[in-house]
Amino acid sequence: MSTLLEVTDLEVRHGDLRAVQGVSLSVAEGDVLAVIGANGAGKSTLLSAITGLLRPSAGQVRFAGDDVTRVRPHTRVRLGVSMVPEGRRLFGSLTVEENLQVGASAKRPGPWDLKAVYDLFPLVAERRARRAGAMSGGEQQATAIGRALMSNPRLLLLDEVSLGLAPVVVKQLYAALPEITGKGTTVLLVEQDVRQAFAVADHVHCMLEGRTSLEGRSDQVSMEQVSAAYFGVRA
Amino acid sequence: MTLLNAVVQGLLLGGLYALFATGLSLMFGVMRLVNLAHGEVAVLGAFGSLVLGTALGVNPLLSLLVVVPASAALGYLTQRVVLDRTVGPSPLPSLLVTFGLSIVVQNLLLATFTADQRRLDVGALTTASFRAGDLSIGYLPLAVFTTAVALLAGLSLFLARTSLGRIIRATSDDPQAVRLMGVDAKHVYGIAAAIAFATVALAGVVNGIQTNFTPLSGPLLLIIAFEAVIIGGLGNVWGTLLGGVVLGVAQTVGAWIDPAQQILAGHLVFLLVLALRPQGLLPKMAAT
Repeated sequence: MSTLLEVTDLEVRHGDLRAVQGVSLSVAEGDVLAVIGANGAGKSTLLSAITGLLRPSAGQVRFAGDDVTRVRPHTRVRLGVSMVPEGRRLFGSLTVEENLQVGASAKRPGPWDLKAVYDLFPLVAERRARRAGAMSGGEQQATAIGRALMSNPRLLLLDEVSLGLAPVVVKQLYAALPEITGKGTTVLLVEQDVRQAFAVADHVHCMLEGRTSLEGRSDQVSMEQVSAAYFGVRA
Repeated sequence: MTLLNAVVQGLLLGGLYALFATGLSLMFGVMRLVNLAHGEVAVLGAFGSLVLGTALGVNPLLSLLVVVPASAALGYLTQRVVLDRTVGPSPLPSLLVTFGLSIVVQNLLLATFTADQRRLDVGALTTASFRAGDLSIGYLPLAVFTTAVALLAGLSLFLARTSLGRIIRATSDDPQAVRLMGVDAKHVYGIAAAIAFATVALAGVVNGIQTNFTPLSGPLLLIIAFEAVIIGGLGNVWGTLLGGVVLGVAQTVGAWIDPAQQILAGHLVFLLVLALRPQGLLPKMAAT
């Protein structure tokens, strides 16, 4: 399989703080990669550099073979990179359906349209006329995922989908993942819930204090290795 | 003049005030930017029309065909080239820059056109009116009011129903997130500024037909726009119309009581609303 996303020696600074330093990773087309790590490990910063919201101080981001390190965020969406941001960031004054429609602004052709999203999340379909701000956390997260899918991404980035949601809701949301990858979308997800990450990912990439502490196939790394890489201590 | 007549004249005047205020409200709503040079854009529009009239003999109403699109282009450019650099968490840079722009425009106009009072001439139409019972209604004010209502209705529909309108509202909600949807937020800002400049330039030309103006008329127009926005409620198209009408009626009724107190009466009603209902008469509606 060909490489869809390739990050090389990435360094991103927040002022003097190097939030990400020397991180390299690649995701093959059709794969699911989970980036795990504790709070402040640099996971969200890494995603921001991949979407272009933050500009790296060193290193390179290549997408589908092209160097996109200096490409602006909205152009990357048109190329096929879409993100479900942490905290969902729905447009609170718009209805659910309008949120989805704004998600299609990049006008990329593909399998995802209003109907496909409503089929994937029937609950979202029921709430289509509702203001996005006036929904439960799970409904909002489903809407946020649907909104990102509306751009028909080749690469879907999911930032902390489970954050602040009840386990049963998280389970429902992740149940939609096979259908998303089944339509040919590659997924890179950031997750604090290691068990959840291992359940859905083909590969895992663990970060600790801005650096890569472990990477490998999810069925080939042991829990001991992960806890060492996650907390930075020998278990 | 009877009290009823004063109220009707104020109502019609309110349409013009709403036109002044719409762009100010839109720019604040979308980019959280208060354009202190808003009044100067209106004055620029009026002088643009004046130049077209004296140089080419174009009727002021016809000159709108040039002035309005030119102002829209000026708005887009000003946003992309200057104002974009001031947008940020702090409102101070944009306030300083737009204040500076207003001074620059005032002085350029003074240097070019002197401080003389000007008026745009539409001939007999300026004073033409018809009688309805005791009321005397001018064709021009009525046309201005109708145009204002139609324009605001159009803007409201545009924001509520079209895909670009939806994107503008989404950008107003979260300018960062909208970039993740493939939207060029800066282009959206430019469009909002273009609409704002176009509507206020239209208001400036119409105002120049109805009353005198000078290169220094901008600040008073800005205050009127501010007051209409605050009275009506920020970020609400129909609130802006209501705010304009309340202000217009306050002024004409004030003038009916004592002709010297027209402007003061408007300010007093504004302060009253600010004290009693600081969120404005109509709260912000999400769809508009």
